[in-house]
Amino acid sequence: MSKVADALAPFALIALLLAVWEAAVRITGVPAYFLPAPSAVAVALATDTGSLIQAAWNTLSVALIALVIASLTAQLIALIVGLSPFLERAVRPLASTLQVTPVVAIAPLVLIWAGIDHPERAIVALAVLVAFFPIFSGAVTGLKAADPDLERLFDLYGASRIQRVLRLRLPSAVPFLLEGHKVGAGLAVIGAVVAEFGAGSGGVRGLAWRILDAGNKLQTARMIAALVVLGLMGVVLHALLDRLERVGLAWWRGR
Amino acid sequence: MTSPVAELTSVEVDYPKRGRALGPFDLTLGAGQITALVGPSGCGKSTALRLLAGLEQPTHGTIRRAAGRGETSVVFQAPTLAPWLTARENVALPLELSGTPRKLAREKAGEALTRVGLGSAVDARPAQLSGGMAMRASLARALVTEPRLLLLDEPFAALDEITRRTLADDVLALWAQTRPAIVFVTHNVEEAAYMADRVVVITRGPGRIAGEVLVNAPLPRPEGFRATAVFREASEAVSQLLAKGAEAVA
Repeated sequence: MSKVADALAPFALIALLLAVWEAAVRITGVPAYFLPAPSAVAVALATDTGSLIQAAWNTLSVALIALVIASLTAQLIALIVGLSPFLERAVRPLASTLQVTPVVAIAPLVLIWAGIDHPERAIVALAVLVAFFPIFSGAVTGLKAADPDLERLFDLYGASRIQRVLRLRLPSAVPFLLEGHKVGAGLAVIGAVVAEFGAGSGGVRGLAWRILDAGNKLQTARMIAALVVLGLMGVVLHALLDRLERVGLAWWRGR
Repeated sequence: MTSPVAELTSVEVDYPKRGRALGPFDLTLGAGQITALVGPSGCGKSTALRLLAGLEQPTHGTIRRAAGRGETSVVFQAPTLAPWLTARENVALPLELSGTPRKLAREKAGEALTRVGLGSAVDARPAQLSGGMAMRASLARALVTEPRLLLLDEPFAALDEITRRTLADDVLALWAQTRPAIVFVTHNVEEAAYMADRVVVITRGPGRIAGEVLVNAPLPRPEGFRATAVFREASEAVSQLLAKGAEAVA
């Protein structure tokens, strides 16, 4: 009984808030462009379902492409850096600078570089930038996280540098890489959305563009509908990545 | 006696911040001999072991090691198995690193695991093994290369008394098959007297040799060896040396 209640609690709260919102809108009669009723948002959701899903996919696919690129470059650079403490010292400050610079601030510059005809390239590049750091940082930490006694065994048996990386450091880094990718994937979506805002109209017709577009037309219900889809996508993605991380860890540990 | 497997001659080890950790220290290991290094914590026993393994170089003095690459094995305090590999893959690792074809290495690993009594757990991951089983797998990994010198760094410290005793007998039985020289570090006096022909007692750090006790009894030990006078006298002698070694500096 209490389990069912626990599971239903968040939905009950949402239903309650929606009801209050609906009632408030109807009683006060605020204009729909200012605050549409949840029912109006539901109508917008229902009529635009197809195009909203398309927009969500546009954003998500950009984020996924960015994630793949970020994953490959971050791990490659981490591997190179991991082989040389000198290089690591050289790269660290740059990587940190990259991490703390807000993506919105770099967006205009990247948009110029990508060219007016290819805003989608800029959006991918910006999403790559945000997804890069957690993966890179996880990889660098993970590559140094091998059991020191296992390192000694590799010394003892005269392992080559490549053997040490492939057979000890990389597998030892797996938990850190999983965590880095989980965080990186979430950030890639945020990066893609922020970059879409930066790019303004056109380009990738993703969820952010839907929000901007509806906003320009003062179609507030459609704005909120796009936000709802964005939120749902985030929740599903997070749950999925969480699950993937746990499965990955269980496989790595063997239980 | 045949030529020694390893020889430390007046070695000293200084660490940058800790200062002198070991020495001056002399130790000669005969082929097939089982030597126990006993001493209080921080006396440099593990340092001595790393010198013998060639994992560390002394600040002064010389090391001569007859055992070449791949002929020395180390078992650490913890099983130190790679969690992402099965027991068999873990044991095959030393062979694969030195270029043995994968299939042959895995075969030999399976045999080594069977010898330590883990024949039915070859495909288990370390997380699925008990502490004693994991230590056995670690022992199998050390033996799979058929080393001339086997170094054990407090290998049973984390195990319960019954498991330690069984493992001690198992190590001696395994030793009897290929007779590598064994050096093991322990701070357990009885374990030292039980397993070694020769117990070297080290003083409180920086470690020097406080004395040596020879245990004149057949190896592997006959049943009931712990109740014999030889065992009790050896244990007593080691204890006294330990006490003297602790006084010397304190």
